[in-house]
Amino acid sequence: MSAPPRVEDLLRDLAPQVLGVLLRRHGGFEECEDAVQEALLAAATQWPVEGLPDSPRSWLVTVASRRLVDHVRSEQARRRRELTVAAMEPEGAEPSGHDDTLNLLFLCCHPALSPASQVALTLRAVGGLTTAEVARAFLVPEATMAVRISRAKQKIKTAGSFGHGGLDAVLHVLYLIFNEGYTASSGPDLHRAELTDEAIRLTRAVHRSRPDDGEVAGLLALMLLTDARRAARTAPDGALIPLDDQDRDRWDRALIDEGTALVTDAMSRSPLGPYQLQAAIAALHVQSPTDWEQIRILYVVLQRLAPNPMVTLNHAVAVAMTRGPQAGLDLLEDLDDDPRIARHHRLHAVRAHLQDLAGDHEAARENYLLAARLTTSLPEQRYLREKAG
Amino acid sequence: MKFLLNLYVEPTEEAALAGELLCGQVFADPSITAAVRSHDGVAAVTEGPYTPGSDQPTGCYLIDCDSRERALEVAALILAGRDGGVEVRPLMDSAGMEM
Repeated sequence: MSAPPRVEDLLRDLAPQVLGVLLRRHGGFEECEDAVQEALLAAATQWPVEGLPDSPRSWLVTVASRRLVDHVRSEQARRRRELTVAAMEPEGAEPSGHDDTLNLLFLCCHPALSPASQVALTLRAVGGLTTAEVARAFLVPEATMAVRISRAKQKIKTAGSFGHGGLDAVLHVLYLIFNEGYTASSGPDLHRAELTDEAIRLTRAVHRSRPDDGEVAGLLALMLLTDARRAARTAPDGALIPLDDQDRDRWDRALIDEGTALVTDAMSRSPLGPYQLQAAIAALHVQSPTDWEQIRILYVVLQRLAPNPMVTLNHAVAVAMTRGPQAGLDLLEDLDDDPRIARHHRLHAVRAHLQDLAGDHEAARENYLLAARLTTSLPEQRYLREKAG
Repeated sequence: MKFLLNLYVEPTEEAALAGELLCGQVFADPSITAAVRSHDGVAAVTEGPYTPGSDQPTGCYLIDCDSRERALEVAALILAGRDGGVEVRPLMDSAGMEM
């Protein structure tokens, strides 16, 4: 497309808002999406030539509504009349554009959908990625992704668009998208890494819509602070570099500053939540020297607020760093009986690390090898085997 | 997460796997299978499956789903109450988290 970047960025931002308006007025995911696509195409060809309309958003809503009307005209006269009326409604009393984006996110993160479907639909409908792009990002054939997305839309239709999982579900899906990109950010998977940018962009949009929500700010901060280390986390050959060994000059200072300011501000004026705590911990991890005592305290709070075995595991590491490796190892014993993590490679990798610190290198070696067998990640397996020596 | 499902039951219709199925294949009869083994640099062919026995896979599905739990659910869907089994084999991924 020959449109200058400004128009493209504008359209990307407006697309979910316009789809949100159409869905709110008319329902019918598939039909509304088609109409919005046509309106976007019209804008991308007309605006660069004729200049931006006074209100680009209203322009798109009007054009998309008209297309929608055209499409259904032949199908149902009754429905056409309703739509025509709706399309002429003034925009004054409507929620803001950012709220429409958020409402569309709520819909895409419908509780009737599996996480994989929520993620796919969000990227397609809110992120504006093509089905082929979503498929490529998740390394699945386009046909599989097309079915996954259309099934998701059908399911929402059947389940009704009114029930939704709320902000928690939206944040979780954005977090999943971010992680999918972050863990893949090397070598042949670079196009998957674009998912982190997409997750950050969408989380920023939610943050603009809900600036006072501490957990939204916390999640955005967590993403920024994690993404700041992206360039330093892998070697040129794709090998994973642990936090302690990363070249700190390659960390992105601007992202660290922005993330730290965000989480500091959020924690000072809103109720504590798991994303804020994780962001605060991430902020401490990129400071030098690492304040392990502070990290330990935050994990204690996180364990109380959102207990799960992965948090217990990280808490054990912080305890080991402040009270010695044996104190950390003692905490791991409870996890051996927890079916959620007993066979997870991370438990055994952490145990191996702490045994190494305690000087028990033989036991450490065995646990590194056990962890290497349990992971399904090639770079993690390589790292763990190297640690085993 | 991706999983290979090795079927030890007659392959079924794939509708239940839509949106998660990446590809599926039905295997030809084990009697026309051959195994090629190398010993001391010399390759030798034997007729029949690599691991002999009456329990031979009939086909396989490659699926992409949320979790191991979901993959086990899909396996149960494929069985649909029939006698037989499905082996759920996780695949390695090139993504990873630094420690």
